[in-house]
Amino acid sequence: MDDQRSTRQKVLWWVAGAAVVVYALFPVAWIFSLSLKSSADLGNQQFLPTSVVWENYEMILAGDAQSLFLSGLRNSIGVSLIATFIAVVLSTFCAYAIARLDFPGKRVILTTALAVAIFPVISIVTPLFNLWRNIGLYDTWPGLIIPYLSLTLPISIWTLSAFFRQIPWELEQAAQVDGATTWQAFRKVIVPLATPGVFTTAIISFFIAWNDFVYGISLTSTESARPVPAALAFFTGASQFEEPAGAIAAAAVIVTIPVVVLVLLFQRQIVSGLTQGAVKG
Amino acid sequence: MAAITMNNIIKKYGDGFPAVNDVSLDIADGEFMILVGPSGCGKSTLLRMIVGLEDITSGEMLIGGERVNEKAPRDRNLAMVFQNYALYPHLTVYENIAFPLRLQKTSDTEVKERVNQAAELLELTEHLERKPANLSGGQRQRVAMGRAIVRNAQAFLFDEPLSNLDAKLRGQMRTEISRLQKRLGITTVYVTHDQVEAMTLGDRVAVLRKGLLQQVASPRELYENPVNLFVAGFIGSPPMNFIPATVGEDALHTPFGDVTLPESRSVDLAGKDVVLLGARPESFEDAAVVSDTVRDHGLTFDANIDVIEWLGNEQYAYVPYDAPEDIRNQLAELERELDSEAMRTQLVVSLDATSRIEEASVSALWLDLRKVHVFDPSTGENLTARTATQSTSAPA
Ligand SMILES: Nc1ncnc2c1ncn2[C@@H]1O[C@H](COP(=O)(O)OP(=O)(O)OP(=O)(O)O)[C@@H](O)[C@H]1O
Ligand SMILES: [Mg+2]
Repeated sequence: MDDQRSTRQKVLWWVAGAAVVVYALFPVAWIFSLSLKSSADLGNQQFLPTSVVWENYEMILAGDAQSLFLSGLRNSIGVSLIATFIAVVLSTFCAYAIARLDFPGKRVILTTALAVAIFPVISIVTPLFNLWRNIGLYDTWPGLIIPYLSLTLPISIWTLSAFFRQIPWELEQAAQVDGATTWQAFRKVIVPLATPGVFTTAIISFFIAWNDFVYGISLTSTESARPVPAALAFFTGASQFEEPAGAIAAAAVIVTIPVVVLVLLFQRQIVSGLTQGAVKG
Repeated sequence: MAAITMNNIIKKYGDGFPAVNDVSLDIADGEFMILVGPSGCGKSTLLRMIVGLEDITSGEMLIGGERVNEKAPRDRNLAMVFQNYALYPHLTVYENIAFPLRLQKTSDTEVKERVNQAAELLELTEHLERKPANLSGGQRQRVAMGRAIVRNAQAFLFDEPLSNLDAKLRGQMRTEISRLQKRLGITTVYVTHDQVEAMTLGDRVAVLRKGLLQQVASPRELYENPVNLFVAGFIGSPPMNFIPATVGEDALHTPFGDVTLPESRSVDLAGKDVVLLGARPESFEDAAVVSDTVRDHGLTFDANIDVIEWLGNEQYAYVPYDAPEDIRNQLAELERELDSEAMRTQLVVSLDATSRIEEASVSALWLDLRKVHVFDPSTGENLTARTATQSTSAPA
């Protein structure tokens, strides 16, 4: 009876899981197949390309769209990495203070962060556009990094302070009794416990910056700062009657690669429940 | 190894509340000292001041004759087992135990030798490569012990290390700690809530109440000769019975009859109207089983037996009685402070297992007056406490 139930449960889980996977990955597969179609093939209303061609990739990596795409890629990577780095450093300090210290205004910081996070991007982009043009930040990396921070900082502060609150800080004292200096206690005990949280936060921030479109398209005008999502909008077909769908698909596939690599690289660091077993019950 | 000396230690937290108030305590080299007291009386605070995790507001702390007030925890060379173990979750059991050695930059071969030795002592050898998360409560507790014994600390400090274990494991670990301490002969300070741990583990027991030291003495001394109401009520389970008595011309009037205290217990009651008589449950007996030779040393009285609890080797009888309002309030107050559960206008009486006294009957009980204590209800002082054996002196 129990066995029966558990097999049935298992089957159900598999079916549900498969459904979710198909639902989530079907568009990705479609884009991938689209990127391998020749331009004549694009509208053939079939899932698979009639013949696999690499012309779309050639076009964005070596052909007409090369400068547009590669500069976009460079901008995206640079801007996202810097925005992530700053957000993680700042939010680590902030979350540490929120988790460890009792000071007036703690709640204010958290609520402000939340308020900033729920503020619609589209409503500040026009004023920013004007402001940036006046002070010379328009179409520059800092001109993107600063608004990206407004997206990444709040969520980083929230996730990290939630994470830091779970760390058994008594361990720091235990380490000091065991003969560690304050710095050693921090480095040998607290840092290893905090690292997974910091990595998780970094990855979330990076994705947010990486995926932004509104700021990217509004606050840039040339290849000097335009990120990939915005650059895709400037792709043109071979003639003006042709959709650049193949090239866009190819670019989308390439843009996905860093995300996948990042997750694979750091999934070991994002082990949840690492603090288990430190204290009883 | 070292002696720990505290001179007039005071700890005030930020709000000015004195968590530890003027505590002076001498812990001899190699001694096993127990700290007991109700919740919030400052036991943990005292321990944390010894180890250096809490600043000392005033007073002097000496370890091995050296003042340590200003020393950081790492310079005091003490080993502590925290109430919640505080194991490092990212390290294996081996590395957890090795942690203090690694900080001392001990060579790998010596680390290996000492960790294996500690692991063997604590029967952890087959768990060395596991992470704390995968261990049982008792195993985690032993890892915490291992981390404490692996280096040559001057003293061990334990903060209720067994409080979260189940009864069986607790008993097991208790003997293990006792054996370990005897074997290593290291000065130990042990905080506990538990009566049994307090009575069985320590050479001496220090009783704290609201940050004030009440009495420091051997478990036997505490039990037989408590200095005040608080200690008398705190030590012993079931607790001591307190019987109100009005002072008369030549006798004390109690709800159970008039009492004349024997020579050994007679005290100067001049100027006092009311006193409290303290009698342990085992000072009572079924009058029927008391031999004639000792009967004269006690008081025989008729009691309304309410409930009998038969435990095989002995039995407890509950005897409700009436007490004046103000005394009842005072007893209730004392009980609140002691966290005890019993409503104490009843006697708890221990009877011989062969006694045939029945529930809901009126039976003759006998109280051994040679073992009765007399307390002053206004100060709580034990008027019968022997002052000859100075209870606060360390054993030679
Ligand atoms: N950080 C603190 N700030 C202010 N007061 C504190 C602080 N820590 C403890 N206290 C107070 O000091 C008193 C003693 O606390 P302590 O933790 O030493 O009690 P305890 O005897 O260990 O109790 P328990 O048996 O419950 O562990 C308590 O009244 C507590 O409220
Ligand atoms: Mg405590």
